[in-house]
Amino acid sequence: MADRQMTKPSISEGACCPLPLPHLSQIVLGHGSGGRMTQSLIESTFYPELGNPLLLQRDDSAVVELDDGSRWAFTTDAHIVSPLFFPGGDIGRLAVCGTVNDLAMVGAVPRWLSATFILEEGLLRSDLVRIVQSMKAAAEEAGVWLVAGDTKVAERGKCDRVFITTSGWGQIPAGRNVSGGQAQPGDVVIVSGTMGDHGVAVLAARGDLAFESDLPSDVAPLNGLVEAMFAAGSGIRVLRDPTRGGLTGALHAICQQSQVGIEIHELDVPIAPSVAAACEMLGFDPLYIANEGKLVAIVEPAQAPAILSAMRGHAYGAQARQIGTVTEADPGRLVLRTSIGSRRALEPMAGEMLPRIC
Amino acid sequence: MKYVDEYRQAGHVEGVLAEIRKVVSRPWVLMEICGGQTHAIVRYGLDQLLPPEIELVHGPGCPVCVTPIRQIDRALAIAARPEVVFTSFGDMLRVPGTSSDLLSVRAAGADVRVVYSPLDALALAQANPDRQVVFFAIGFETTAPANAMCALQASRLGVDNFSLLVSHVRVPPAIDAILTAPENRVQGFLAAGHVSAVMGYWEYPPLAKRYGVPIVVTGFEPVDLAQGILMTVRMLEGGQTGVDNAYGRAVSFDGNRPAQAVIEQVFESCDRDWRGIGAIAGSGWRLRPAFARFDAELRFDVGSIVSKESEVCIAGQILRGLCKPTDCPAFGTACTPESPLGATMVSSEGACAAYYRYRLPTAEAALTGASRHG
Repeated sequence: MADRQMTKPSISEGACCPLPLPHLSQIVLGHGSGGRMTQSLIESTFYPELGNPLLLQRDDSAVVELDDGSRWAFTTDAHIVSPLFFPGGDIGRLAVCGTVNDLAMVGAVPRWLSATFILEEGLLRSDLVRIVQSMKAAAEEAGVWLVAGDTKVAERGKCDRVFITTSGWGQIPAGRNVSGGQAQPGDVVIVSGTMGDHGVAVLAARGDLAFESDLPSDVAPLNGLVEAMFAAGSGIRVLRDPTRGGLTGALHAICQQSQVGIEIHELDVPIAPSVAAACEMLGFDPLYIANEGKLVAIVEPAQAPAILSAMRGHAYGAQARQIGTVTEADPGRLVLRTSIGSRRALEPMAGEMLPRIC
Repeated sequence: MKYVDEYRQAGHVEGVLAEIRKVVSRPWVLMEICGGQTHAIVRYGLDQLLPPEIELVHGPGCPVCVTPIRQIDRALAIAARPEVVFTSFGDMLRVPGTSSDLLSVRAAGADVRVVYSPLDALALAQANPDRQVVFFAIGFETTAPANAMCALQASRLGVDNFSLLVSHVRVPPAIDAILTAPENRVQGFLAAGHVSAVMGYWEYPPLAKRYGVPIVVTGFEPVDLAQGILMTVRMLEGGQTGVDNAYGRAVSFDGNRPAQAVIEQVFESCDRDWRGIGAIAGSGWRLRPAFARFDAELRFDVGSIVSKESEVCIAGQILRGLCKPTDCPAFGTACTPESPLGATMVSSEGACAAYYRYRLPTAEAALTGASRHG
């Protein structure tokens, strides 16, 4: 112990750390995380080449105004999930609900969907039938028709059993103006229920993390809930479904788009006990975990009680809660009031969510 | 969650903070050793609630941050081999070696998998007898027992297609090195609760005595951290040195003796490079010769790889408690979690990553100002 030596690095001596690895040359999984890496890929690759006023609205759906003055929403969503079937849902239900919800999040009434199936050679017919039946049930629940489709088969090993891409059209009733850029200081932030259920359910169903949970995914079409909310009050400024990137990703994007601050209270965010326990054990944060049947709404303060009450009267909003407010302070920043009363920043995930060592 | 929530309650934390405010009479510099503690402090904003006299500096206890670049480069070389399934704790995938990281190696076709336990890696080896399964055995004393147990099991079961790339480090030699350094500012230590749950704290009294510092074993919840700070400050204010335990519900003086016996059976002490800090004598563990056949470094002949660190960031000073993340000119500008300059920004336990994720600009400004006086 006595002959210990320490090197003494300093900036001038040139010590210690590696040059950045920005993952510019190849795509890594983190680019699909829904976090900063996804954002930077979109900003650096897609927007410069493909950007136009509709794409650059940056909402869950593009909103198109036709010559007759009617407003329509158009969106698309690709789905890859392992396992294909998990408690509470499957890739088919996910594919329908994902697009229905993206339409509903701009205030549209979803009408028509298309679906593209990329099937891996060797996929069981019975699995495909099960997926398609599940899509039928979800479409009926959402009140949409699947009106066009395409099927391709990839060689074994070239895709993972089934990938499904859905696109959708829906009409926006007159008087609705919902966008991530509409949040105003003083507005109320509401979530429709518990956060993180879907991500934890899929993680558990995957089975490689050696934990079990009977928690079902929350995957659900939210257009009915959205209609119930509009029936209670028109003062709905922003709607988002916090999918990849979780609540943090969704709210942070709103802060950026509206250039406002948002402060949420840690203790007010509803989290199922089993999700909290799984996250505690695995080193994940439920505020970053994907949901597929929840929405976050930013509403005018005066109408918040009526809208909240309408949400609670709907099956998919029974646990709706106010979790925070939009602020003038800290524009562009999402702030968490912690359980012990301090304030800290909530930043979106960088890349892939990786479990911590200990 | 029962048994955890009570340690996160505002009322309980405030009670201990009020006591700290009562006790403190002058500036003190405390170091929390463990990266998990750093994260909890910044995540809960506990440092904002402390009286200004108390400065917390962040120690080298992030196993991901201090894993030497040479071992990362070896991991990358092994992972890239077609016969290998390379398994690792999730955090390590983002840590850059000389020119790549495990995420990139995976994107280029390597079979890199995240596991939660080395025993999962061993099971993977048993299930895939035609593949070579390698586990990246990094970490402090906390992860050492499970990794040691894994080598024992592999030996017992004769799993020949399994090996460990070992890069273990130990806390007490690091504390010793920090206190030996002439530029040291740390006056008291919050010792790492999880490490102590395994090792106990029988190694600390000689250190406390030699350097005349208080060392308090501290947990990870806000109440635990506040309690550890309170006990350390009380000792400092009273001119006391020595060792105390603020994490009695998890840690005993002896620690987990069976776990220590397993470590002793499988690992032996060695010198180890700490990334950003340098070599610390006797600060690592490596496999004993009896377990050499499970040593991935020998199995895959990766001894000749040359590693080179960049000369940019100040992670070294941060890991030794000389600087705060916000002292670094690159922090949050050239250096972010997506494009890290240093391991402290890469790891989710790293101090820079914690600051980046949790700190508000106003708090950053206040803190930068506060830390300049040191």
